[in-house]
Amino acid sequence: MALTGVEIFKLLPKTNCKKCGHPTCLAFAMKLAQRQASLDACPDVSEEAKKILGEASAPPIRPVVFGAGSKSVKMGEETVLFRHEKKFVNPCAIAVEVKDTMDDSEIQKLADSVMHSEIDRVGQKLRVDAILVNNASNDAARFENAVKAVISKAPDVALILATNNPSAAEAAVKLVADKKPILYGADDSNAEAMAGIAKTHKVPLGVTAKGLDALSALTEKIKALGVEDLVIDSGARSAKEILEANTLTRRAAIKKNFKSLGYPVITFAQRDDHMLEALVAMLGIAKYSSIVVVSSIEKWKNLALFTLRQNIYTDPQVPMQVEQKIYKIGEPAADSPFMITTNFSLTYFIVSGEVENSKVPCRLAVMDSEGLSVLTAWAAGKFTASKIAQFIQESGIENEIRKKELIIPGYVAILSGAIEDKLPGWKVTVGPREANGIPAFLKSRA
Amino acid sequence: MAFVAPKETYPGKVFQVGIGTDKQAVFGGENVLTFHSFEGNVPNRALVAYEIQDIPPDDWSETVRKVYEGVSGDPVTWAKYCQDTLKARAIALRLLGTHPDRENRSAEDAIKTVKDVLSAIQVPLIVLGSNHVEKDSSVLVAVSEAAKDKNCIIGKAQEANYKTIAAAAMANNHKLIAMSELDINLSKQLNILVTQMGFDKERLITDPMCSALGYGLEYTYSVMERIRLAALTQNDTTMQPPMLGDVGMYVWKVKETQASEADLPHWGTLEERGIAWETVTAGALIMAGAELLIMRHPKAVEAVEKFVDELM
Ligand code: B12
Ligand code: SF4
Repeated sequence: MALTGVEIFKLLPKTNCKKCGHPTCLAFAMKLAQRQASLDACPDVSEEAKKILGEASAPPIRPVVFGAGSKSVKMGEETVLFRHEKKFVNPCAIAVEVKDTMDDSEIQKLADSVMHSEIDRVGQKLRVDAILVNNASNDAARFENAVKAVISKAPDVALILATNNPSAAEAAVKLVADKKPILYGADDSNAEAMAGIAKTHKVPLGVTAKGLDALSALTEKIKALGVEDLVIDSGARSAKEILEANTLTRRAAIKKNFKSLGYPVITFAQRDDHMLEALVAMLGIAKYSSIVVVSSIEKWKNLALFTLRQNIYTDPQVPMQVEQKIYKIGEPAADSPFMITTNFSLTYFIVSGEVENSKVPCRLAVMDSEGLSVLTAWAAGKFTASKIAQFIQESGIENEIRKKELIIPGYVAILSGAIEDKLPGWKVTVGPREANGIPAFLKSRA
Repeated sequence: MAFVAPKETYPGKVFQVGIGTDKQAVFGGENVLTFHSFEGNVPNRALVAYEIQDIPPDDWSETVRKVYEGVSGDPVTWAKYCQDTLKARAIALRLLGTHPDRENRSAEDAIKTVKDVLSAIQVPLIVLGSNHVEKDSSVLVAVSEAAKDKNCIIGKAQEANYKTIAAAAMANNHKLIAMSELDINLSKQLNILVTQMGFDKERLITDPMCSALGYGLEYTYSVMERIRLAALTQNDTTMQPPMLGDVGMYVWKVKETQASEADLPHWGTLEERGIAWETVTAGALIMAGAELLIMRHPKAVEAVEKFVDELM
C-alpha cells in the first residue's frame, strides 16, 4: 500500500534539521509520497523506517528476471495501465510448451525451432523467449529427461519448469539451476516444499491458485517463507477470465500498490485452434501478461505476435528512429543511384529492405524528420525542399558521387521542382510511391 | 492483507446502435471498457461486417481473392454468398468503382448497385464511398436517398465533405461514419461538427482511422483507448458513439499479407500469415475498444468470432 505524506512523516526523525534540503520533515515526507524525492537525502532516518519506507516505495510490480546470459528475460516494473500514458517497460515474453510425454526427437525439434525463431524487424531482434517444459507425465525421470533434451538443442534458452511434484521439481531444477529457470508449480498443496527448492537454488517461483483472493494469500505465505521473485497465475484460462484477472491484478498493483499481486503474470494461451491461440496470446500481450505460453510456434504466428508486441511496447512519445546519415546498401560505386527518405524506423527498414531486394548497390540518405514517415513528415513541414537541400549540401555527398541525381519518394513528387531550385546542378528523379516498386524501378535504370 | 478487487464504475456509456430492418444487428451499449463484464454491462458482441465492392477485387491479395472466386464478379452474388454461405451478420459494400482513378462510375450506377444488393439480402448494409472527397459527397448523397429508411450505415464523412453526407444520411434515416485521421481531438471535433448540424449523436459511428499490425497499429490502438476512456470516465458524450475498425482494407495491402514464402522463408506460410495479420489486427482493435469491424477473410472473421465468444 502506498504511504501517504503524513504516514511517512511519522517515520521521520521530526527534527526539521533541513539536511535533506527541505524546510521541514513534513515537506520532505510530502515529496517522498509523490515520489519526487529519495529517502537517501535524510541522513538521520532510522533503519526501521528505512525498511518500511523501502518496501512501500519499491516498484508496484516487482522486477523479476529468469534465464541467464544474453537471452535472459526481464519482467515486471510496469507503471501504467494504458500505453499512451507512458511506455510499457518489459515486453511480454513468448514461451512455447514442451510436454515430457513427447518423444525426445520431437522435443529436440521444437527446441531447435526456438533457437532459430529469431527475426529482425524494424531493427530489433525478436524471438521466442522461453520454453516451458511441462511434467505432463507426472513422472520425475521423464521430466528430467525432457529438460535434458531441451537443453541439448537450446542450451541458453530461458526455461520454465512446470510441475507440481516437488521431487520432480528438485531433480529438474538441480540440472539447470545455473540457467535460472522459473519453477512453476507452487500451489496450495506444495507451497512449503516448492518455496524451499526455489530458495535453495535461487530461482524464481511460479505461483498458482484459483482466483485472485487465494492467489494473493498464497504469495504472502510464500514471501514469508523467504521467496520473493514470483510469477503469478490466477488460474484464468478463457479470454474473459484472463482479461478480468489481468486487469484487476494490474490495477491492484499500480493504483493500490497492493504488494501481494505486484508480480509478473504468466498466461496460458494454448488452444487447438492456432488462429484463436494467436488471439488469446494477443490479449495477453496487450493486456498485462509478462509471459504468454503457446502450444506451437509456426513462423507466421511468431511474426504476427512479435510485431504486435513491438507495436504495444513502443514509446508512445518517441517514434522509433534511425540515425541520420547516408547509408550504403551493397557496395555502391560513384555512379550508383542515390535516394532519400526519412528517419522513421519503419520507413527506413521497408525502403532499405526493398533496395536490398533489388540487388542494385545504392546510397540511401536518411534525413532526420523526428521519426515521422514520409507523408507525415511532409505534412508536418519536416521533409521540405529547403531542409532536404540543406541536408544534401551539408552531407558532403557531392564529393562521393559522380552524377548529381537525387531519387525522391513518389509520394512527395510535388517537391521535385523546389529541390532542383535549391540544389543547383542537381537533377531530381521521382521514384515509385510504394517501396515495393523500388526493385523494378532500380533494375529498369541499370 | 486481504484482496479487494479494484473494480471501477464509469459515469459514461457507449451508445447502442442498431442497423438494418429485417435482420437487425446491434452493437455498442456497454458502460465499461471493452469486455469488462466483471464491472458493468456488455450487452452486445462486436459486430463484424464482410467487405465487398462494386467492382471485381482484382487488386486484392491472392489469399482473399481466391475465397471469392466465382462470386466477386458481381456485388449481388458476392453479398448473397457472404450472407448465406459465410453467415455474415452485416455486409459492407465499398463503392470503389466510383473513384475517378478507378472506373469513375456515376452516382446512378452506384444507386443501382446499392438497390440490387439491398433487395438481395436481409442482413444490414454498410455503404462506403471510394474515399475521394468530392466524388463521395455526390455518390453517398445519391445512395442515401436510394436506400431511404433501410437503416444503413453511410460512410465515410470527413472534415472536407461531412456537411452534404451527414445531411443526406439524416434525411433518409441512416447511421453515419465520421472519419478523422488518428487524432483524438480531430475525431472529437468532427463529431461535434456533425451533431451541430442536427445529426443525432446516437446515430454516429466514429472511425479514428485504422492502421495495420506493424504499420501504425499502435497509433490507432491508443487513439481508440483514449476515446473510450474519455467516453466512460469523463462522460464525454461526443466520444460515446461506437468505433469502427476498417481492418481488411489496411491489412491486405501490407507486405506481410503479400510476400511469398519462397522470398521470405523465415516469415512462414503466406496464407496463414495473411489471415493472422487480419485476425490479430482486428483482435487488438477490439481490445482497444472497437465495436464494429470491416473484414475480408472468412477464416479471420471466424477466429475473431470465436475470440468474442470467449470474451462474452
Ligand atoms: C501513422 C500516421 C501518423 C502518426 C505518425 C507516424 C510516424 N511516425 O510518422 C501520427 C498520428 C503522429 C500522425 C500525425 C500527423 N499526420 Co499522419 N499519418 C499516419 C498514417 C496513418 C501512416 C503513416 C505511416 O506510418 N506510413 C508507413 C510508412 C512506412 O510510409 P512512408 O514513410 O510513406 O514510406 C512508404 C513510401 O513513402 C515509400 N518510400 C519511403 N521512402 C522512400 C524513398 C524512395 C526513394 C522511394 C522511391 C520510396 C519511398 O516506401 C514506404 C512503403 O511503401 C498516414 C496514412 C496512411 N495510412 O498512410 C497518415 C498521414 C501520413 N498523416 C497525414 C497528416 C496530415 C498528419 C498530420 C499533419 C495531421 C494530424 N493528424 O494532426 C500530423 C502531423 C504530425 C506532426 N508531428 O505534426 C496525412 C498526410 C497528408 C498528405 N497527403 O500529405 C496522411 C497521409 C493521412 C491522410 N490520409 O491524410 N500521422
Ligand atoms: S534531513 Fe531528515 S530529519 Fe532533517 S529535515 Fe529532512 S527529513 Fe527531517
